[in-house]
Amino acid sequence: MDLVKFVAENTKVGVDLNPFKAGDTVAVHYKIKEGNKERIQVFQGVVLQRRGSGTTETFTVRKISNGIAVERIFPSSSPFIDKVEVLNRGLVRRARLFYLREAKGKAAKIKTKR
Amino acid sequence: MTSIFSADGKNVPCTVLEAGPCVITQVKTVETDGYDAYQLAYGDKKEKSTTKAMLGHFKKAGTTPKRKLTELTFEQELGLGDTVTVDIFSEGEFVDVVGVSKGKGFQGVVKRHGFSGVGGQTHGQHNRLRAPGSLGASSWPSRVFKGMRMGGQTGNVRVKALNLEILKVFPEQNLLVVKGSVPGAKGSFVIVEK
Repeated sequence: MDLVKFVAENTKVGVDLNPFKAGDTVAVHYKIKEGNKERIQVFQGVVLQRRGSGTTETFTVRKISNGIAVERIFPSSSPFIDKVEVLNRGLVRRARLFYLREAKGKAAKIKTKR
Repeated sequence: MTSIFSADGKNVPCTVLEAGPCVITQVKTVETDGYDAYQLAYGDKKEKSTTKAMLGHFKKAGTTPKRKLTELTFEQELGLGDTVTVDIFSEGEFVDVVGVSKGKGFQGVVKRHGFSGVGGQTHGQHNRLRAPGSLGASSWPSRVFKGMRMGGQTGNVRVKALNLEILKVFPEQNLLVVKGSVPGAKGSFVIVEK
């Protein structure tokens, strides 16, 4: 497996991300190409999970947009990620927060870590 | 398997192969063997687990005992004891990779040949959801034709993956990164052909 790790380290194109975990509220600055122009789109929400390792790692961000929940999966080593801002450290007891999809009201709130 | 991101941001699936260094342990010629070929050896092996006959064979080439031997042909002239490294490959080239596919044991026709099964669970289908169906006609030919696809051992056969692009070469680590998957389990031996 160390050979795969070696290749991952030597073919890196993305930026190093700030450390964040499931339950954190993050703002992902994602580069979008339109023709020749490039602009940055911000996707802000709660991290549901981080999965995989090395170049194949991805993380899922969930936000409520106009009352509709939107989940988006980002590859962690994608060169299109400009940066990941951590806005809030959440106090959660598990690594995968899929229960948030069904949770309503107070149950869907994540406490802030102090 | 892993994946790497290309410069334009595409996520490309790839496989990391350790290619060489291989040692030429025997040169076969038309005069002595009836055909031209080079015997390549790869991977170190303990001396105590090598037979004396093989030890002598490796000693002749001036190398340590090796685990895997294979015969290949080369365009360029090589001599006994020469090493073949990953340098012969370059990025952007297309190669074929030969390996032994993962064994799946005795499998039915649905997995082995891609039959679609009976297609329903009701209308009298009791225990034949994945059955092959008819094997042929009746009084003529009164037999089952040769090569009729049936269940049997699946996998664990020699498979060649054709035209895999070389994405990266690391000469110091003897590593080759090819696009896509190659036959065989993790850590198994493969032959990379140009």
